[in-house]
Amino acid sequence: MPADALFPGTGRVLHDWLDHDAGPVVRPYAMTQGRVAPSEGEFDLLAFVVATMRDDSLPPSLHPEHHAIVGAAWEPTSVVELASKLDLSVGVVRVFLGDLRSAGLISLYEPPAASQPHDVDVLKAVVNGLRAL
Amino acid sequence: MDSVRSDRDGARSHIPVALKILIAGGFGAGKTTMVGSVSEIRPLQTEEVLTGVDGADDTSGVEGKHTTTVTMDFGRITITDDLQLYLFGTPGQDRFWFLWDELSQGALGAVVLADTRRLADCFPSIDYFEQRGTPFVVAVNCFDERRFGSDAIARALDLDGDVPVVEFDAREPTAARNVLIELVEYVARRQLASAGSR
Repeated sequence: MPADALFPGTGRVLHDWLDHDAGPVVRPYAMTQGRVAPSEGEFDLLAFVVATMRDDSLPPSLHPEHHAIVGAAWEPTSVVELASKLDLSVGVVRVFLGDLRSAGLISLYEPPAASQPHDVDVLKAVVNGLRAL
Repeated sequence: MDSVRSDRDGARSHIPVALKILIAGGFGAGKTTMVGSVSEIRPLQTEEVLTGVDGADDTSGVEGKHTTTVTMDFGRITITDDLQLYLFGTPGQDRFWFLWDELSQGALGAVVLADTRRLADCFPSIDYFEQRGTPFVVAVNCFDERRFGSDAIARALDLDGDVPVVEFDAREPTAARNVLIELVEYVARRQLASAGSR
């Protein structure tokens, strides 16, 4: 692996002796200064996040993870996608999303309420889509 | 197909509708295989805070909070630009039940994978979805040539009459896809029936 390979999405240098098998180098909640819950709001796994500005116009005080999230969410991206794409745990992503949301740097689109039945037309579209796979 | 709540008007592009299907079942029943055969599978880390409640890891004598990392399988099927299907392979071990509550909230439904060599392994999943009223189908992953017939399996699992039971091979993309179709059609039938009885 080339010496200057970057950790996907985070811009951090990835050394070849530090890989998945070696486990996390930084304990997940160390990245958030020990915060385990977002400062405000809840972030459903299937909520969609949209950045309100480009990654390069963010305030310089933010963490690399904030930048990575904003960079990945230019197009609407679900919370679960963000966590998977950036190789961060869902809990950690939620903390960062909370920061970004209070700073007005992202918009959040919640999925319909859990109590709401699924629209039969949507279900038909899913069946047709699956058949076409 | 609108999002219920939004921070501002007009997204950069359309916000898709995302639906969630859970793939459950005992350890080694084929959850990872199934998610992987119908979608691009990716690991998802969920680092969760354990509160030391019953069943969770014993944290007595340890000051402060404890977290545990659970990696689960996650896959996405893009039906159209507006419609995405998310599959979650639910962690099988009992001590991860706390993760299921969030996963099952708002889920379209679940596929319970059963292995006829260890049928009892899927009882906890079935109990869980029955109690929460989450629609599910039972998919019997056929590891060998023996077939028992869906009726016999439905009886052995003491399922409600209308719960579909299908035998399939989780490694076959078409077979796994057909199980998902079976589930979505079952959910649609239930929806129509409950709308009709109202």
